[in-house]
Amino acid sequence: MRSVIDITDLSVSEIDGLMDTAVDIIAHPDDYAETCRRKKLATLFFEPSTRTRLSFEAAMYELGGNVLSVTGAATSSAAKGESVADTAKTVSCYADIIAMRHPKEGAAYVAAKNAAIPVINAGDGGHSHPTQTLADLLTIYRERGSLENVTVGLCGDLKFGRTVHSLIEAMSRYSGVRFVLISPEELKLPSYVKKDVLQRQGIPYEQTTDLEAALPGLDILYMTRVQRERFFNEEDYLRLKDSYILTPRKLQRAGKDLRILHPLPRVNEISVAVDEDPRAAYFKQVMNGKYMRMALILMLLKEAGRL
Amino acid sequence: MNIDSIQNGIVIDHITAGKAMQLYNLLHLDTLDASVAMIMNVVSRRMGRKDIIKIDADIPVDLDVIGYVDPGATVNFIRDGVLTEKKNIHLPERLVNVLRCRNPRCITSTEQELSHIFVLTNREEKVYRCVYCETKNAN
Repeated sequence: MRSVIDITDLSVSEIDGLMDTAVDIIAHPDDYAETCRRKKLATLFFEPSTRTRLSFEAAMYELGGNVLSVTGAATSSAAKGESVADTAKTVSCYADIIAMRHPKEGAAYVAAKNAAIPVINAGDGGHSHPTQTLADLLTIYRERGSLENVTVGLCGDLKFGRTVHSLIEAMSRYSGVRFVLISPEELKLPSYVKKDVLQRQGIPYEQTTDLEAALPGLDILYMTRVQRERFFNEEDYLRLKDSYILTPRKLQRAGKDLRILHPLPRVNEISVAVDEDPRAAYFKQVMNGKYMRMALILMLLKEAGRL
Repeated sequence: MNIDSIQNGIVIDHITAGKAMQLYNLLHLDTLDASVAMIMNVVSRRMGRKDIIKIDADIPVDLDVIGYVDPGATVNFIRDGVLTEKKNIHLPERLVNVLRCRNPRCITSTEQELSHIFVLTNREEKVYRCVYCETKNAN
């Protein structure tokens, strides 16, 4: 049974196909309004999440399907000690496809190995969140018309940010992609990502701590949150936190074709005044996430012979 | 047990000097109801020094474990005092319940019945990663 646990479970041609489907859904929503009629998506969310769960549920409703929802481990059978494997087998009896979020890394993999229906990983701890990456890719594609020949600036917490690692992995498979890694020393991209992904494939990249200096050369700026809890001392956090707040003043140095992305939720790393800037694409990114989830649900249900 | 002449059993030869004890533990040879001889740090023309393990019983051995610990080792199967088969060992693609994932956020840390599975992701550097959380094994 085909499932999607990590962005690398999808080939480049499959991602391109998903983007084509998403673009077609946007252009002709009525053509898709009944495609999943009488089909059920089970959203199994064992840790808090608002946007991802709502996005999956909205996606299924817009395809004409229904949703079975479990939120919070406290109210589910997991609280009684049921294993992920047993939960996946049980839910397979009720639903046609599963979207699962779990605090433990690898939980979605276990579910996929045991379910009789496709499983989509909606986030497993700090490990993987492939549909966020699909949202990021569609946003870059729609804003620029291509995923090739693009300079992507990644800013903020590049050490712990799973969305950053997945985006690098996904974008590295397209030609002419270059990365500018903008972060404080304490939150630099881990060496294994640089070695296993960037250096192994010969992808050009540069590292800097200076957001303002990097801005003029970027096509995409992918902002992430610098979190207080990542620092060993308060002094370092206070010294660094304001360097990575994007403001209209800093944006004056950026090109007019720049697009600003953020996986959200933001705290203060993008000033609210930037929302009015035509280069801000982070709320479009939310919308694109729903369309890519629709495309992915369709693809997996078709492959499973359920459509 | 005469360590020079096994009648029915297995000789693991060409073990890198000093690794025999690790193999003894990972192959659970201490649980066997058979004699086991560990010959350590002997002179070898090919290797300079090497270890040898002789098992005086015809038991199934996990070649993947031997491959993980020491891919240069050889395994000789002895039947009626005669060498019947000689196997060269390679680094295995997959290890099941040989290594344990130490990532406290991994699903294997809470679901005890799951097998600990590692896959080879970099042959040159002998890197194995947990199949669930992709954490690298700390050698």
